Amino acid sequence: MRDVARWSPPPLIRNPWLRYGLYLGGAVYLALAVGTLHINWARLALGLERGWAFVSAFGHPNIVTHWREIEEGFIESLTMTVVATAAGVAISLPVGLGAARNLAPMPVYLLCRGIIAISRTFPEIIVAILFVKMFGFGPLAGVATLAFATIGFMAKLLAEDIEDIDATQMEAIRATGASPMQIINYGVQPQVMARFIGLSVYRLDINFRESAVIGIVGAGGIGATLNTSFERYEFDTAAAILLAIIGIVMATEYASSLIRGRLR
Amino acid sequence: MLTIAGLTKRYAGKHAANSDLALDNVDLVVPKGQLMALIGPSGAGKSTLIRCVNRLVEPSAGRVVLDGSEVTGIGGGALRRARRRMGMIFQEYALVERLTVMENVLSGRLGYVGFWASWARRFPAADIAEAFRLLDRVGLLGLADKRADELSGGQRQRVGICRALIQNPGLLLVDEPTASLDPKTSRQIMRLLVELCAERDLAAIVNIHDVALAQMFVPRIVGLRAGRVVFDGAPDALTPDMLTTIYGEEDWSATIRPVDDDSGDDDA
Repeated sequence: MRDVARWSPPPLIRNPWLRYGLYLGGAVYLALAVGTLHINWARLALGLERGWAFVSAFGHPNIVTHWREIEEGFIESLTMTVVATAAGVAISLPVGLGAARNLAPMPVYLLCRGIIAISRTFPEIIVAILFVKMFGFGPLAGVATLAFATIGFMAKLLAEDIEDIDATQMEAIRATGASPMQIINYGVQPQVMARFIGLSVYRLDINFRESAVIGIVGAGGIGATLNTSFERYEFDTAAAILLAIIGIVMATEYASSLIRGRLR
Repeated sequence: MLTIAGLTKRYAGKHAANSDLALDNVDLVVPKGQLMALIGPSGAGKSTLIRCVNRLVEPSAGRVVLDGSEVTGIGGGALRRARRRMGMIFQEYALVERLTVMENVLSGRLGYVGFWASWARRFPAADIAEAFRLLDRVGLLGLADKRADELSGGQRQRVGICRALIQNPGLLLVDEPTASLDPKTSRQIMRLLVELCAERDLAAIVNIHDVALAQMFVPRIVGLRAGRVVFDGAPDALTPDMLTTIYGEEDWSATIRPVDDDSGDDDA
């Protein structure tokens, strides 16, 4: 007979032996895993001191000493960002159209999905190392990296938006006797354009942040300047650069959310 | 005008059973200028039938002939030219929501203008004049630059009608034009359709759920059941027995009682 006044939700794993066994197994594995990390407490104490030197540099950032390099680094990063975003977005358009199952025939679909998969599989930093080997140190490698990553990101999201459109709007345009290009221009584009512009602006600020990271492996921009200051143990300069990056990222994020809010 | 012969549509399914058969050997002739209502239960194949006529759905067998030229078996430019002669009106209006009313109306001319002209929205002056004339005719002249998603249901369906008419079609394919509208707006839209077909000597196939509404406005009714034509005649011939044949057993006495016309107001 059921106790009608008491109820608790059924557990996710019904069998209690399996349930508590999994909890116990998880705890044992975690304890063993921490044991294999070989934590060197003496080294950790030394590192804390250096870490603190870096953190305390944020109290007295120094943007003056290396102002010229910092200025050049930022201008280079911004240029890389804009060029790479423009190129990546332009290339992602045909790829995204081809990767939409409701528009593209099977071979085109597979090709475009393949391009997207390759672009999205490799993290920016790996791609940057490859392009630095190919093009040498400098912003060209950075632009190539960011454009490459932008293609996968934008094309995938565009293709998914196209697959989610209201098919009857497209059907209505097809029924008028429109050509395939006209069907895309009238039946598809109006439905995905606002979000595509919003995503492009969003990608612009992702690319700026990434430009700081890939600079560390030699792909130009502010990341290269930042890396140099770390190597010289000039933590006050590094702090100034990081604060400036934070400021710019926040500004672009605010601007892009403003733009996206305006679109509907 | 329109001749449908032996039209069959079988949707690919797990079994080749009769249940996959949306249309079963349908023969229909719609003469020039005739308004015809297509009634039948959900799933009887009404939507499939009109979509086979303009080939949004590919028929499995049979022929569709419009004005003496074959619509089945053609493709590419020939199919697009055939579609220009058939205006389609949809249940949920199917306007492109983010385009303006004017762009939606002019999209009915896409079969006639080249890609770059349509991309730049540079339509021939005659098309633009006709678009304004049609908007004026349906009472939406002031809304040309509104976005379609700002309109009410009745207004959207009027834009849908303009988009179909600007194609200069000989035939209208109308899929449940009133199913998303309130009863009063439904009648206004049906009346508008009837008037416009008369003005332009258009033939039309109107899929409709509302039997009383069909009887009120349309001179010929075709009943479809499980993909077959089971009734074809005048509205008066639609007896309770006939409705039982089309839809199945039910008390039909209230359904076919003639409804009062609310002529005079046209302000939705």
